[in-house]
Amino acid sequence: MSIKSEPITINLGPQHPSTHGVFRMRVTFDGETIIDVEPIFGYLHRGTEKLAEERTYTQVVTLTDRMDYVSSMLNNQGYILALEKLSNITPEPRGVWLRMIASELQRIASHLVAVGFLIQDLGAWGTPLTYAMREREKILQMFEMLCGARITNSYLRPGGVFMDAPEQFWVALKDFVYDFPSKVDELEKLLTSNEIIFSRTKDIAVLTPEQAINASITGPILRSTGVSWDLRKDDTYDFYDQVKFDIPTHSAGDNYSRYLLRVQEMRESLKIVKQCVENIEPGPVRPHHDEVPFLVRPPKGDCYVAIEGSKGELGFYLVSDGSISPYRWHVRSSSLINLTLLRDMLIGTLFGDLFVTFGGIDINMGEVDR
Amino acid sequence: MIEWNGNKLAEEISNHISDSVVSSDDHSVYISKEKIYEVLKFLKETSGFSFDLLSSITAVDYIDHFEVVYHLKSLITLSKATIKVKLGFGREDQPEIDSSYNLWKGADFQEREVFDLMGIHFVNHPNLKRILLWDGFPGHPLRKDFVTNSQSVVDDGEDK
Repeated sequence: MSIKSEPITINLGPQHPSTHGVFRMRVTFDGETIIDVEPIFGYLHRGTEKLAEERTYTQVVTLTDRMDYVSSMLNNQGYILALEKLSNITPEPRGVWLRMIASELQRIASHLVAVGFLIQDLGAWGTPLTYAMREREKILQMFEMLCGARITNSYLRPGGVFMDAPEQFWVALKDFVYDFPSKVDELEKLLTSNEIIFSRTKDIAVLTPEQAINASITGPILRSTGVSWDLRKDDTYDFYDQVKFDIPTHSAGDNYSRYLLRVQEMRESLKIVKQCVENIEPGPVRPHHDEVPFLVRPPKGDCYVAIEGSKGELGFYLVSDGSISPYRWHVRSSSLINLTLLRDMLIGTLFGDLFVTFGGIDINMGEVDR
Repeated sequence: MIEWNGNKLAEEISNHISDSVVSSDDHSVYISKEKIYEVLKFLKETSGFSFDLLSSITAVDYIDHFEVVYHLKSLITLSKATIKVKLGFGREDQPEIDSSYNLWKGADFQEREVFDLMGIHFVNHPNLKRILLWDGFPGHPLRKDFVTNSQSVVDDGEDK
């Protein structure tokens, strides 16, 4: 005798510990299998793009911090690069090296959050997340030495950075660079060949490269499908052409390869940090304010600059009318666009896979809703 | 990555699709509203361009008209290009443009966002509704004539 089942619709979020913020989904189940998903956004919408139109170009840096608040430095970098391109500012080399160090440390911190919470969502309560957050804490303390803030840094300025790194930063960075590989090994020993992780993440929510590219999906998710596409190499900015690093890829395109890829990317980022420390030379960290005034007035025009954020292509579109504030500022948010295929990825999987897939995509609601 | 010179790209496009290019400058090509879908399809499917990644869609309010901006990238030819469309002259209330959803699924959320915040209608989009704001929100906030300090919260009572 077969049991007759009927679809049931459940509301998940916005207040749910596994939605990484205030994300809401309307999920329809048949038994335990997902048959439909409707993502609903907007609970953290603050109108960032509109706010920027009433602020000066330098003040907008503080708005970028509050978009993806686990990768503020990367947001700063993308915005500042767009502003520099629009107003033809040549940055000081020491400032560029410093912001590359900051950005790569931030990428490590962001991936640690992604990996830690993915494992937490799998039910590994506590331990792996604490390991990840312990390392992230060291990075945040280094940011505090750089600019006095841990999360909302606003460290970058047009032409470089806000101030030079103090002596204690270099000591802490040296310790971190020495220490970090063994800590990643420790994390990997717990997780990478763990049977539970295998059975919960392998072959779940598989994407093909064609699907991913067609849906504008970028970053670790695209690379986990086997496409070697990293804007640091393919559309290079700052001094990324002067450092050597690899772009890890996987061909499976499932949740497991997304996890593994992030762990490998942390190691590559550390390589970049090491080379930046070797290459950095004394000098000013930003142009004198005779050259680049505090109130930047870019000439009329527009520009689009995209960087490789921790979650994918992070693009900034700036339109200037020649005044002190942007005429229009648009953020190409990788978190939002990476969710395009969420429905296709989830249909056919089980209820238990829902948050694993969601954690594997790694979004930040501050950037989804802006 | 190579950035396409707008004038050169405009020449290539107008050689294949007549009456499509309105004007061009060093960085971008202005396409007529009627031909935009055809041009995007051509740029996506013709080898030599192969713009397989739709980087970004956004829109700007220039007071007398709107501008929809497409940033295209190609993973095959390692190039990028900017395509723009001017529409809605004379503060047309509901400017319309063809959706590119059938070419790139990545247009889904981005076009909904432009519709939500700028009020541009994408014809043939399968699910064109507000994405960041709720149904019943008065106006489109990124338009320049949107008054920011006198908005009261209006809820139509219906679940989003």
